[in-house]
Amino acid sequence: MDITRRRLLLLLPAAAVAWNYVQAGTPEASPNYKLSEHWWAMLIDIPKCIGCGSCVRACAEENDVPEGYYRTWIERYHVADWKIEKPDVESPDGGKQGFPPNEELGGKNFFVPKLCNHCADSPCTQVCPVGATFVTPDGVVLIDKSYCLGCRYCVQACPYGCRFINPKTKTAEKCTLCYHRITKGLTTACCEACPTGARQLADLKNPKDPIHEFLRTHNVQVLKPHMATGAKVFYNGMDGSVR
Amino acid sequence: MFKDIEHLVRLAVVIAIAVVAFVVLREAVVPRSFGQYGHYRGAAIAETAARPVAFAGHDVCEGCHSDVVDQKKQGKHVVVACEACHGALAKHADDPTSVTPAKLDTAILCARCHEANSAKPKDFPQVVTADHSGGLACDTCHQPHKPKIESQEKTAAGGKK
Repeated sequence: MDITRRRLLLLLPAAAVAWNYVQAGTPEASPNYKLSEHWWAMLIDIPKCIGCGSCVRACAEENDVPEGYYRTWIERYHVADWKIEKPDVESPDGGKQGFPPNEELGGKNFFVPKLCNHCADSPCTQVCPVGATFVTPDGVVLIDKSYCLGCRYCVQACPYGCRFINPKTKTAEKCTLCYHRITKGLTTACCEACPTGARQLADLKNPKDPIHEFLRTHNVQVLKPHMATGAKVFYNGMDGSVR
Repeated sequence: MFKDIEHLVRLAVVIAIAVVAFVVLREAVVPRSFGQYGHYRGAAIAETAARPVAFAGHDVCEGCHSDVVDQKKQGKHVVVACEACHGALAKHADDPTSVTPAKLDTAILCARCHEANSAKPKDFPQVVTADHSGGLACDTCHQPHKPKIESQEKTAAGGKK
């Protein structure tokens, strides 16, 4: 095909549009999502948790969590009548396959699902020497995999034990609050899979979110409040023995 | 004064070159989006958000399976999202003909939630499966989308309490 002046003139605008697209890079997955309009949190209703492990399995599937590592896990507490300050806590395989029966134990027994608390004043992001982990403007603690050195400072700094080093990538890993889902208007994988509604994603900046009514009318607590981490995973009905 | 200024000039040139080299290198090495929102690479936020989803979400399921939704509305399992039992099925939602969900084994699946455990809430329906069904698949008697057994159906199926 000969390039005539006419054809060239027709081609030029198309080429300009294509070049513009190349320069702009991949379009964002969620163009309507505004960082400044959200402040993410989670609500965990302990009296509703049945320890089925659906959340742990869903998290592993959604996020390719390596076998033997957990971004979320369930603990079973057994508080004997005579030692409330020293409860027995177990979490076999992170609670992924549920828990064996313990009918004979007596005392107080309950489940506590755990995950990254997405602290507003997180100790883990403060110790990172290279700026590979950070609190996003919408309140989620994320890790920049391509920047992480794998130095493990953050793993030690997290008072909740929520971080680990991925054995394959050798970089730090943790719950992202399913950032790839919540920015698309979906709930997290664990909340989606929870059959009893014990886990609820919450947006504290959304005035219509039922979390506000819940927080007003219930006695909620965060884990380790004395550490002033600004944890945003709120627990309803949490026993004082929970660590 | 400044009789032998030459060596000072030479030093100034070396420092100037070093400063320029530092500025140029810094510009080349530090990612464009570093510092956009704080002391980190701003582009990392979009990169994390770009991951594909595995769980489609029950709204997507309900778009096609309205018959199951109607059935679930009649029972307690109305609050349970589809993928809580059926597993992550975003691939099925994207391509319903070639990716089909696997058949579930109710003997294992139902027990994960309903097997008796003292740590479960007291008002949650629980059974000791060994006594209750003796290893029989739960869907022999129960319809998982509407689990309560109606009295007529019970007699028709010859089931016992």
